[in-house]
Amino acid sequence: MKDLRALRKKGAIYAAALFFICFGAFPFYWMLITAFKRDHDLFNPESNPFLFNEPSTLEHVRLLFGQTLFMKYVVNTFLVGGAVVLITLVIAIPAAYSLTRLAGRWGESLGVGIFLTYLVPPTLLFIPLSRVISFLKLGESLWSLILVYPTFTIPFCTWLLMGFFKSIPRDIEEQALIDGCTRIGAMVRVVLPLSTSGILTIVIFAFTLSMQEFIYALAFISVSAHKTVSIGVPTELVRGDVFRWGPLMAAALISSIPVAVVYSLFLDRFIAGFTMGATK
Amino acid sequence: MAQVQVTGITKYFGEVKVLDNVNLATRKHEFLVLLGPSGCGKTTLLRIIAGLERPTRGEVLIGGREVTGLPPRARNIAMVFQSYALYPHMTVFENISFPLRTQNMNRDAIQEKVAWAAGLFGIDRLLERKPRELSGGERQRVALARAIVRMPTVFLLDEPLSNLDAKLRASAREELQTFQKRIGITTIYVTHDQVEAMGLGNRIVVMDQGRVRQIGTPLQVYWEPADTFVATFVGSPPMNLVEQGEVLMGFRPEDFLPIEGREEEDVERFQFEVTWVENLGAERLVYGNMAFQSRNGRVVSRLAPNIRVSLEAGKTYIFAVPRLGIKLFDRNTGMLLRRVSGVGG
Ligand SMILES: Nc1ncnc2c1ncn2[C@@H]1O[C@H](COP(=O)(O)OP(=O)(O)O)[C@@H](O)[C@H]1O
Ligand SMILES: [Mg+2]
Repeated sequence: MKDLRALRKKGAIYAAALFFICFGAFPFYWMLITAFKRDHDLFNPESNPFLFNEPSTLEHVRLLFGQTLFMKYVVNTFLVGGAVVLITLVIAIPAAYSLTRLAGRWGESLGVGIFLTYLVPPTLLFIPLSRVISFLKLGESLWSLILVYPTFTIPFCTWLLMGFFKSIPRDIEEQALIDGCTRIGAMVRVVLPLSTSGILTIVIFAFTLSMQEFIYALAFISVSAHKTVSIGVPTELVRGDVFRWGPLMAAALISSIPVAVVYSLFLDRFIAGFTMGATK
Repeated sequence: MAQVQVTGITKYFGEVKVLDNVNLATRKHEFLVLLGPSGCGKTTLLRIIAGLERPTRGEVLIGGREVTGLPPRARNIAMVFQSYALYPHMTVFENISFPLRTQNMNRDAIQEKVAWAAGLFGIDRLLERKPRELSGGERQRVALARAIVRMPTVFLLDEPLSNLDAKLRASAREELQTFQKRIGITTIYVTHDQVEAMGLGNRIVVMDQGRVRQIGTPLQVYWEPADTFVATFVGSPPMNLVEQGEVLMGFRPEDFLPIEGREEEDVERFQFEVTWVENLGAERLVYGNMAFQSRNGRVVSRLAPNIRVSLEAGKTYIFAVPRLGIKLFDRNTGMLLRRVSGVGG
């Protein structure tokens, strides 16, 4: 009796897990088969969309690498993402630290205020920001993105890090001051090593936020060689109402797999980072 | 020369006055205990000495040098927090060597000093562990070793034994004192536990509500309390206080004994109506009322086991206090009155 109930409970959990696995894996499966199907198979309403009805082909992948600047987009994306991550770290770490430790009562409300700026949508901000970019003569350059993306990564990451720094006992930091450190020394030698999961979290976040950004990139960049993946793929592979589904899906697959791998490798620390930022 | 001298320290947190004109000076090699109830400002005073907090008024001198505005790193002090504050991401070795590494000491010297400090506290075999793999007692030793390793001018300890269980506490107390005697570093030790204070201190500073009530040796604090606060805070059970006209008469429970066999001594006699006898094995506590006109007549007597007089609740006996054991306090200010005379029974 008891065994049966336990078994049923287990079964329900596994069924739910299975459902979510399918749910999560389906987009990858869809991208995968679409990328390798022949066009005839793809556009034939008679054929089963979930399976290969004709032999697979590499023509889409060849087209993606041969006839578009896809590799260039990937490189651009990493350049922009890397630079944005660096800028975010350099600004968000000291900002979050001073807001949690030094600003006293004001720190908390300032932190919330900073987070609120993250909620202003790019669809509003790209208009004034495009004036700024043209004033700085950065149009059509990756520098425009490197300059603009931190406007949303920094507020978000600062707020996230504040939660981390708050969870580190004050005693430990003061002990470092007594043991001969300066404030900054205590931050570098004690606070930062204790917040590695927080820092990892903001690295991944800043990178993926800038990788998926669309509106600013679309507004500021139209030269093909300077595009990032997020705008290069849809603008070069969708011509009017012609969707090149094969290469589109191949591009989507190639750029999403590394992110998926990184996320799952650091999932534990990532969740820890996120809940800590949220609850404390 | 005083290792630590504190003059006129006043500290406000916002509107609240936490320390009120505190003055004290340690002597060389002294073990000075700050004793007072929770919330009286002991930790704040220690943090001001360490430089973690700035006083609103007053100055701090360490080793004869004024350090009031200086950061902790410029004071050459060591402090052990109540929580031990070990660095969780470092091994025991890295924890102990941290104060040396911030001074850029060379590798060999560090090895040697850490080995010495670890040996002193018997934690040599724990050097590779992380703090989370240690017991409470071991953590406390690591914290002490880290504090001692660079030979500070003064050693500040904030209730370092309060996280240990009662059994460990007694042995840790003994160890701490032996070690302090051996090293001879001036130590300021904070506690709210009067037993700890009596056992450890060369001198005790009794504090209450941000003010120093008395500074003295354990015996002075116990037998010559400066006021009624000290009289009732130190000792368990505390000093008996009985109202008598304009004064409060105070005497220790162990001075308040049956008259039998003491008729010849210079004693003051009292009628004592016993209400309750508590036999604790090593001693007997006898509760009751002084049989004279007084609003506050409840007193306790503490009898050593060699006093065999049988006492029963509900009966009245004659008890006596040696005249030298009687202290008189001003009823309004609570301050000790120096003259002992004119006590009526
Ligand atoms: N940072 C602070 N801000 C405001 N009040 C404080 C602060 N630190 C301590 N206090 C207050 O000062 C008083 C003394 O505290 P403390 O020195 O920690 O006492 P103790 O160590 O004797 O228990 C307490 O009433 C406490 O609430
Ligand atoms: Mg305290």
